[in-house]
This record gives sequence, structure tokens and C-alpha cells, in this order.
Amino acid sequence: MTGLLTVEDVSVRYGSLAALAGVDLCVHDGQRHALIGPNGAGKTTLLNVIGGSRKPQHGRVIFEGRDVGRLGPAARARRGINRIHQRPAVFATLTATENVVVAALPRLTPRRRWWPGGRRRIAQHRAGPLLDQMGLTDVATVPAGHLAHGQRRQLEIAMALAGRPRLLLLDEPAAGLSAVEVGRLVELLQALPRAVAVLLVEHRLDLVYALSDTVTVLRDGRTLAAGTPDEIRTSPLVRQAYADGVA
Amino acid sequence: MRDEVIRRARGAVAALALAGLVVAPWVVDDYTTAILARTLALALVGVSVALLTGVAGMPTLGQTAPYAAGAYACAVVGSQISDVGVVQLAVAAVAGAVLAALTVPLVVHARGVIVLMITLAIGELAVTVLGRWRSVTGGTDGLAGIAAVRPFWGLPVLANDQDRYLYALVVVTVLVGAVLLLLRTRAGLLLRAGRDDETRLRASGHRVPLYLSGAHIAAGAIAGAAGSLLVVAQQYISPADFGFDTSALLLLGVVIGGTASIGGALVGAALVIAVRDWLFGVLPGHAPLVLGVLFVATVYLLPTGVHRARGRWGLPSEPADQPDASPERDQATVPELHR
Amino acid sequence: MMVVAAGSNRIDPYLIPALDGIAYGLLVFVAASGLVFCFGVANILNLAHGMLYAIGGYTAAALFDGGWASLALALTVGVLAAAAAGVLLAGLLAPVAAGNHLSQALLTFGVALAGGSLLVAGFGPDDPQVLVPAALEGSVVVAGHRYAAYRLVFIVVAAVIAAALYLVMRRTRAGMLVRAAVDDPEMVACLGVSPARIRAGVLAAAGALAGAAGVLGAPIIGPGTDTADTVLLLSLVVVVLGGLGSMGGTLLAALAIGEIQTLGVALLPSAAPFLLFAAMAAVLAVRARGLASRWRAA
Repeated sequence: MTGLLTVEDVSVRYGSLAALAGVDLCVHDGQRHALIGPNGAGKTTLLNVIGGSRKPQHGRVIFEGRDVGRLGPAARARRGINRIHQRPAVFATLTATENVVVAALPRLTPRRRWWPGGRRRIAQHRAGPLLDQMGLTDVATVPAGHLAHGQRRQLEIAMALAGRPRLLLLDEPAAGLSAVEVGRLVELLQALPRAVAVLLVEHRLDLVYALSDTVTVLRDGRTLAAGTPDEIRTSPLVRQAYADGVA
Repeated sequence: MRDEVIRRARGAVAALALAGLVVAPWVVDDYTTAILARTLALALVGVSVALLTGVAGMPTLGQTAPYAAGAYACAVVGSQISDVGVVQLAVAAVAGAVLAALTVPLVVHARGVIVLMITLAIGELAVTVLGRWRSVTGGTDGLAGIAAVRPFWGLPVLANDQDRYLYALVVVTVLVGAVLLLLRTRAGLLLRAGRDDETRLRASGHRVPLYLSGAHIAAGAIAGAAGSLLVVAQQYISPADFGFDTSALLLLGVVIGGTASIGGALVGAALVIAVRDWLFGVLPGHAPLVLGVLFVATVYLLPTGVHRARGRWGLPSEPADQPDASPERDQATVPELHR
Repeated sequence: MMVVAAGSNRIDPYLIPALDGIAYGLLVFVAASGLVFCFGVANILNLAHGMLYAIGGYTAAALFDGGWASLALALTVGVLAAAAAGVLLAGLLAPVAAGNHLSQALLTFGVALAGGSLLVAGFGPDDPQVLVPAALEGSVVVAGHRYAAYRLVFIVVAAVIAAALYLVMRRTRAGMLVRAAVDDPEMVACLGVSPARIRAGVLAAAGALAGAAGVLGAPIIGPGTDTADTVLLLSLVVVVLGGLGSMGGTLLAALAIGEIQTLGVALLPSAAPFLLFAAMAAVLAVRARGLASRWRAA
């Protein structure tokens, strides 16, 4: 296995508070990697650093062998790092199909991006199947602002996949979903193609164990432990960390 | 089904309005025809304001700057180089686009009320320059005696108000049609997406500043072309044509028209300008007072104006949890410029 | 002054414009600081700000007869009238949704239009004559040049106002709150004070500053039909150049604008029309690049 994403010794401080204090992380091709830890451990900050929306004071982010530390979120998305936000972010006045078309455009070649009539083709061949996969075909022509929370979450996943990601960053995708919707979400995420690696931040350990093959535990901005879900589940260190975090 | 009916009805209304505009010069007197021609030019500027304010999400009070650049470029070309309308139109559009391109770095990274402020300063400074650069602009006296224009090589010159009006109508129709077509393409889709959620658009990998720059330059070109129409319609221009009140009136018209709707902007801008012209005709002394009161009243009457902080500019069909997102973003821009 | 006197001949012709520039700049600073409050604290683009200044100017023209007592009266009335106009504006703005900048700007523009028309109706369409205090009518000798005493005193008074503003912002609770609000707009929401009250207070303070500037500065930028537009434009440019919220930046920008409008015109008469534009473009372009890098960093 090759390292798709390598995070080296990343530190982020907000004023005097250290959100990340020298974190190392490696995500391999096609890996399902979960990031867990108590509140304030720096999980979302780490996702921000990888996604490019926060610059670390120290450390490097290497994606597909290249240092992407100087690139902004847009440039990283064009290279294949896509992100699902805690609150679903969709284009409210655009229809579901248009949302996916917009998300698909940056990764197309310029010729295909602006080819006359290409919009319909992208909608048919790219957006259609993705919406179908997410169970959104019935609402394809509905403005995204009118969709329910769970549907918007699914639409956002469709948009992320439309950008042909190599690495998908998921920030608490189950937040605010009903039990039924969470079940669907797990099915969808389990069915993701293996060409896509996933880095998942999630509080619910049942989801983490269902979705991931590798788990990294963060605490106080440091890597506390890493291993398979089984190793983590039985690690006394991790239990201790969670107990402290809750208390 | 209902959408289809609405679309048909809208098309029918637009066709009727266009037919009415075509026969208008034979119904009203010459003076009114000349006023109508000037209103058409201003409505076209209104379209450029709507393109920026509503479609791209960059509210502007400065479109009078490219409008003025186009008008003066057209006047200079008209009196010294060519009397062909198409040439003048092209020169004016290029002048507007160049001015807009020069101001791109000033506006493209700012958002919300800061853009409003910067564009207002740009528009006002442009008027100041017009008033002082006497050798080219004639100063506050303006430029008069601009030669009559012929629409195309080999055609006769536009000698009367009716011809000039019809020329303006044709140009406005063509340009508005082009804008509407452009908005139906992927470019329009991306602009709307950026207005909805710019951060999201960037997160998808789009180069948002590039799109905004493009929209700004295109809007400048349209305003510049409108400037050329103003020269044709009035055969006289002065800095007073491009004042701050013109910007504010156009913005009000665009807001009345629904901000993001091009047709609405045309109607709204034309309406506001017509009301102003009428007021200054019937109440010479107190027109600004009444106009000011009308501004306040209109803001209160606007469906998006009062107690409905929906979306970025109060557009329909925003999701339930969107309202708190827009103030956040607008305010986030304030510290951005703190250095 | 000493240095100038020693170096004399080459600098000489520019001394008077340079002094005028300081007077002009300080005047614009006092006027613009009101706009900074509106913008920084209440997040409102107040297009009626120039009209608030004009209220002060017309008050000075109407009440001031050359004596000190009438100056005090004019100052009091002008400040109160402009502050009252600010409160009225806040009242008119109250029903408009807080985040709707477009509607707010359009409403303030309507008020500016109507208010300007009322001022002209009340005081006549001709630009009124403004006196200077009888005691300051003469001129004093500065480094071998005669300079209007009023302007010199104005520089001192405006500098005192600027210093007082600085102290208020640094040392008082209200000033602290204002700075906090400018830095972090969400702060205001956490204070538990109603936004309507904050808006009224801010617009009253902005009106008072503009009114004071209008009364004291009437001999420099006098009341007239163009006054409101001129002052609004200069204030806007100053606020944008000054970094939208920082007092020091605003002062620097105002002084720069003052010098550009006086010394710049004297030095480069042919480029005069473009100087203001060029200054703004240059500063904003530099800042925009800084912003862009910050943006990527954010």
C-alpha cells in the first residue's frame, strides 16, 4: 500500500491554545480511516488543515507525493481532496442535478467543461447515476434549499463524488440524521468505490467500527493511538482518554 | 405544469412589452421619444447592476463608472474617428470593460457592504475625474454637438428622435438577449452557485475570484455599451448624467425588479427613472424631497426589505437554516479588510 | 516650522498648501470617524452621512455672527441637530432587517435626498456665506508667510478633538465596546444590549461628530448643495483607505487625502483629477493582495 496522504508534525495554535501539537497521520489508497477522540481533541481542525481551509503554523501535508501546504481549498479539491461538512453545504437555489453538475465541472478537462451542450451530457451521465445511487432521482429537479436535511446530506455526498475524489473527508456525516437515515448513510458509505479513500471524523463509535478499517485516536492535539478497530476497542489507553474527556 | 404556464405567460408579457416599445415612437411625441431612448440606456445599465448585485452577489453602486467611460469614449470616437454605431458601441463596451478590469483588484476580494462602499467610491471618483479632466471631457460643461451616428456602414445617419430610439431599442434587445442566453449556460450556473454559497463553490474546486472578475468585466462592458446609447439618445453628455443619485436609482430599480431577474431589472430601472423624470417635470423644486420619501417608502414596501433576513439578498427558496449563514459571511468580511 | 524657515526657498511655495492639507485632513477625519462608527459598529453603510455634516454647516451659517457666544451656540445647536437627525435615521432604519445592507443603504440614500432638499428649502438654494470668528479674522505669520489665523486655530481644535476621540476609544468602557464590536461583530450580540439601541447610539454619535465637523469646518468646506456629496465621498475614501475601522488608519488616510487635495494639486496640477483615484487604487490594490494571501491562509 502506498501513502495517499501524509500529515507530518502538524501544529495549529489559536492564540495560546494549541489545537494540534505535532500530529502525524497517514492515509493509504482506498483506506477507510476514522479519526476519533474527545471533544476539543483537534479532529475538525485536522480536517481543516488537510482540506486547506486552515494553514498550520508548523508541519507539512503531502498528497499523492506532493506538498500541498501552500494550496487553498479549491486547488486541493481539483487535486482530489473533497469534503463533506458538518452542516450540509449545498447551493440552495440550484436544483439537485445542477448542484451535482457544478460539483463535477472542476475535474473535467477544459474542453469538456465548456463544450456546447455538454451540460446536459454531464447531467445525464454524471449527475443522473450519482443521484440515483443516493436515492435522490425523485427530487432531481427540486431546488436544494427545499430538500430535507437528510436529503441534503446525501446530495452533498453525491456532489463530493462528482468531483472524482481520491480522498473524501467526512466531518460527522451522521449529525442530525434520523436512525433510518443513518442506516442508509452507512450503506452508501460502505458502497463507495475502493478508489476513494475516506477520512472520517465521527463521535458515534458504532459507526466508526462499521465503516472504518483503521482508527486514529486524537487527544489534546496529539495522536494517542492508532490501529484496527478491534485494537482500539480493547485499548485501555483509549478507554482512559474517553473517560477523561467526558469527565 | 404550473411552471410551464408561468413561463409562457412571462414570454407573452415580454413579447407584448417589446411590441409596445416598438410602436411607442409613433404614439408619443418627439420629446418623450428622446426621454424613452435615454431610459433604455439607463435600463441597460440596470441590467449590468442586476448581473453583479443579484446574479454574482456583488452589490454595486459604481456601475456609473464604466457607463461614463463608455459614453465619453463613444463621444470622443464619434466626433473624431467614426460615425458608425457598431464601431462606437464596440469602443464603448471595450472602454467599460477596461475600466471594470482595472477596478477588479479593488472589488473582487471584498464582500457585501464593503463592495457597496468601494464601488460607490469608484463611481464618485470617476465623476470627479470627468469634472476635472477638461481637455478630454469638457469638464462640468460636458460634451455637446456630437455628430449623428449611422448604425452600420452604408446606412443613413439617425436624423430624428424616432430613429435614435429604435436604434437604442434594437441594441438593448440584442444585448439583453445575449445576457439571458449567457445566464442559461454553465457560466450563469456557476455565478448562481457562487451567490448561493461561495465557500462551497471553492470547496468543489472552482476558481471563484476568476468567475467574479469575469462577471465584473462583462457587466462593465454592458454598462459601457449603454453609455454609447446615452450619447446617441442625448447627443450631449456631462458628469451630471453619471452622478451618485443615478447609481442609487438604478440599484433601487434592480431591487424592485427582484435583484436577480434581468427582466425585472429592466422594468424596475425603467420605472424608477421614469418616476424621477416625471417628478422633476411636475415638481421642479421639491422633486428630490418626494423622490427621497419614495425611496424610504419603497424600502418599506419591498417584500425582501423588512424583517425577512433571508439568504444573502433575500432571494426566494432559501433553506430554513440559511438565514444565519449570510450575516456571518457579511460580517466576516469586515475584519478581513483590517489588514 | 523652523526647519522650513531654514531651508526656505524651494519648500516655500508649498508650505501654505501643506498646512491647508493638514486642516483639510483633520476636518475630513472628524467627519469620517462618524462614518467609521456607523460602518464598524452598526455595520450600516450610511449614505446620509454627508447630509449630517451639511446640517452642521447650515447651522453655522445661520447662527454664527462672529462672536464667541454665537459660535458656542452654533456648535451646540449643530451637534444636537445632527445627532437628532442621526437618531431619526436610526428610527427609520429600525424596521429594516439587520442583515439587509442593500435596503439599509437605499433607505439612507432616500433620507439624504429628502434631507438635502429640506436643507435647501430651509436655507435657500445659494451657498450661504460663512464667517470666521472676529478674533481670528486676521492672519498670523508662519515661517515668513501670512496664514489665516482661523485655519491655524482650526488645526489645533481638530487635533484636540482627534486626541479626545482617541482617549475615549482607549480609556472608556464605551470606547472599549466600540473597538470590540469593530473587531468582532458577534461580540455586540453577546452584550445583551438591544441592537436598536446600539444603532441609535451609534448614529447619534456619528451625527454629533459630523455636526461638529460641519460647524467648525464651515469656513473650509462650506454648506451648499454639493457639500453632502463631497463630504460623503471624502469620508468614504478615507474609511476605505484607513482600513475600515482602525482609528489610526483613518487619521493617516484623512491626512493623506487632505495633502492630496491641497499639496498634491499644487505640486502636480495636471494630474490633479486622478490623484484621489490613484491613491485609492494603489492602497486598495496593495491591500487586496495582502487580503488574497490572507484569504488563502484562512
